[in-house]
Amino acid sequence: MKLIENVSANVSRRGFLHGALVGGIFVLSARFVPQPLWAAEGEAAAAAFEPSLWMSIASDGTVTIVAHRSEMGSGSRTALPLVVADELDADWSKVKLDQAIGDPKYGDQDTDGSHSVRSSFDLMRQVGATGRVMLISAAAAQWKVSPKECSTEPHFVVHRATGRKLGYGEVAAAAAKLPVPRKEDVPLKPRSEWRYIGKESNSLFDLPEIVTGKAIFGMDTTMPGMVYASVEHPPVLGQKIKSYDDKAALKVPGVQKTLIIETFKPPHQFQPLGGVAVIADNTWAAFKGRKSLKIEWDSSPHAVYNSAPFRKTLEATSRQPGKVVRNVGDVDAAFAKGGQIIEAEYYTPHLAHVSMEPPVAVAEYRDGKVVAWAPTQNPQAVQETIAGVLGIKKEDVTCHVTLLGGGFGRKSKPDQVAEAAVLSKQLGKPVKVVWSREDDIRFDFFHSVAAMYLKAAVAPDGKPTAWLQRTVYPPINSTFDASATYADDEMGLGWNNLSFDIPNHRAENGPADYHVRIGWLRSVANIYHAFAIHSFADELAHAANKDSVQYLLDLIGPPRIVSLTYKEEEADDKQRYPLDTARLRRVVEIAAEKSGWGKRPMGKGRGMGIAAHRSFLTYVATVVEVEVDGKGQVHIPNVWTAVDAGTVVSPDNVRSQFEGAAVFGTSLALFGEITATNGVIDQSNFHNFQIARMNRAPRHVDVHIVNSEAPPAGVGEPGVPPFAPALYNAVFAATGKRVRELPLSKTKLV
Amino acid sequence: MIRFKVNGKEKTFDGDPDMPLLWYLRDVAELTGTKFGCGMALCGACTVHQNGAAIRSCSTPMKEVGGAEVTTIEGIAPMHPVQKAWMEIRVPQCGYCQTGQIMQAIALLKENKNPSDQDIDTAMSGNLCRCGTYQRIRAAIHQAAKETA
Repeated sequence: MKLIENVSANVSRRGFLHGALVGGIFVLSARFVPQPLWAAEGEAAAAAFEPSLWMSIASDGTVTIVAHRSEMGSGSRTALPLVVADELDADWSKVKLDQAIGDPKYGDQDTDGSHSVRSSFDLMRQVGATGRVMLISAAAAQWKVSPKECSTEPHFVVHRATGRKLGYGEVAAAAAKLPVPRKEDVPLKPRSEWRYIGKESNSLFDLPEIVTGKAIFGMDTTMPGMVYASVEHPPVLGQKIKSYDDKAALKVPGVQKTLIIETFKPPHQFQPLGGVAVIADNTWAAFKGRKSLKIEWDSSPHAVYNSAPFRKTLEATSRQPGKVVRNVGDVDAAFAKGGQIIEAEYYTPHLAHVSMEPPVAVAEYRDGKVVAWAPTQNPQAVQETIAGVLGIKKEDVTCHVTLLGGGFGRKSKPDQVAEAAVLSKQLGKPVKVVWSREDDIRFDFFHSVAAMYLKAAVAPDGKPTAWLQRTVYPPINSTFDASATYADDEMGLGWNNLSFDIPNHRAENGPADYHVRIGWLRSVANIYHAFAIHSFADELAHAANKDSVQYLLDLIGPPRIVSLTYKEEEADDKQRYPLDTARLRRVVEIAAEKSGWGKRPMGKGRGMGIAAHRSFLTYVATVVEVEVDGKGQVHIPNVWTAVDAGTVVSPDNVRSQFEGAAVFGTSLALFGEITATNGVIDQSNFHNFQIARMNRAPRHVDVHIVNSEAPPAGVGEPGVPPFAPALYNAVFAATGKRVRELPLSKTKLV
Repeated sequence: MIRFKVNGKEKTFDGDPDMPLLWYLRDVAELTGTKFGCGMALCGACTVHQNGAAIRSCSTPMKEVGGAEVTTIEGIAPMHPVQKAWMEIRVPQCGYCQTGQIMQAIALLKENKNPSDQDIDTAMSGNLCRCGTYQRIRAAIHQAAKETA
């Protein structure tokens, strides 16, 4: 039983990290005296500095580094240990990774918001550098020389004067007895001595297992004695079971029984949706049994949800004054002066995440405690959710993190893990809950539908003197507070931080009710905010008869730090990541130059468009080239993206993320739309919720990374927001049609 | 009783003949390199070879595999030139769809030793990748073709 061995191996490995000596292996961490140099209380706390939490060195030289972030394809699981290994001066081929369980001692573990490297870069450097100092001290003591006479080369301490060497494994046991040095006594490598950070040769740690099919995703996890479950959820959010008949389902070979999962009490948060679970010997039997269930559902207030009238409501709200979220000068006075006024409205639909691995989890409840294995972006949310649903302490929930078959924000929400725990408690054995693709699409935490209204007063030189923007959509906070209607938390995602140099500017947000679960999807509200802002910018450029790139640079204005209001928790952003228009201008100039903007003959049906958007503290400009064929089908021969993400750990991985973002952007720009009828989601699988296939994806994506020594910024998400507006601006250039709603498949171009 | 071979080994199956090969492979044979993505032959994550040809195991019921030789990713001796190219071009992001992509690519190169971009698009467009690795998949197939030529 390969998989069971995998489970127990994980558990014992974790055991020795906590200080046990296993099989005679000396572990550096075992004797570390925990001396937190800075430690904070609470869940969202910064991780305590306690090197034993993060790494150990065995006497054979094997370095084990804890990966406390999830791997969903963005590279975090590799990137952070690479930083430790670099400062430790370890030989990467002798490094093993230990995927952390959910535990607040690691600080925030939610792999979202493109902040894994940004939030942990300094800490990981310090962990590695501390280990290096201790290894040097131990070797120096053995040689009876001063540590100052020693240095390191990968996996060895070297005494420079005599050329003597000691392997890390040879001095690990002695090093483990030393006190942890103070932060000020731990020098960090100068940038010029980095071996791994910023190097082209870095590749994903799990690459060999992935290409041979040995990598273990959540879908591949098993527990001894487990059964399989598939859950028929209420079609409308919040419905309860009125009655059900499982006679036919129980006759399906392999079906064992059915169980009820209670419908949540609002707010839904990450609780199970409720429904009827079919328990079976294997996944297929559970799926098949479900088809024979007859369930009558109660009513729900969300059965009123119909996408077409809801759109009208959002649009009507967007035409009315909303809550002011940023104000510069006086737009009303500027509009009152008259001159040329330009208005436009934009609309974007719900989207589903459709990570290739649907939601799945295995959990066992035993003696008041839960052990879960899940492809989760946020193992601490698994602990909290299961604890809340079952009424146990979160410390009694152990969440192991597998590889994720994509996440994109969906897997920050662990409702399916809670389902497995709830069912295991009822059954008294481990349960694997497998969602079908239909479940995944119908019961997502959807990217929100949104309506935007923009208005500008334009001076005779074509530059706006006033710019008003309003946005309206059901907020993500409705997931946590059923009465929430304003999107306060999303305003920083491209709405209250416009980087344009316009004397009068006001950004507003209007209220909207929710009727489905709303959640984060890769780059979140930046998607619709960037779509509206950068479509509108291009509209103004054309109205002024100006070149789109030059007009965009004029809008951004001279190099400066844009004055913004920061929340308390954004103090680091204000200090280390001010909005610097010089960096934004630079990516625009690079993307334009690389694309041959204005220099390449386009011909009939061809065009290029540009958009530049800063999100997750990273500056991105994207040029998209389109070819619209005689049938009105859009092809994308080329995309050029320029990225300034500050210091980069793995450049090739950054390119991968931006190549992928162009495909993700293509999917939402050309195809993506989720709609509801009487509260029920209309789409169900890849035939009616399409994502880009190879033949419709951009043929060539060129990613240019700006060489920067600025602090590291986000990489996983920032490529997405500028893509759709750049594509739509290109479609305008190619066809003269200005389309103001996503996706493009809803508009006939010829 | 259905008799067939998986990765060269004789197998028998006497369960639900409607069970898709995918779930036999994953839940019964414990060969989890073959992935579940859609259940409707729309995404290609479940691609395996039946008598050398790429098929979608999620939509192939067990009653249709009698006498067949099934090859899964576990039956490909590493490192196959396609796997090697996947490593060198660093194709995968999350990796979930990649075993299906690799099985599809191996089948393509068996039929067509030197596929054009158009050939690759045609053969590979049934395999979805939400991370968006298509550009690298195309490059890796060209590289593997060169290596095997």
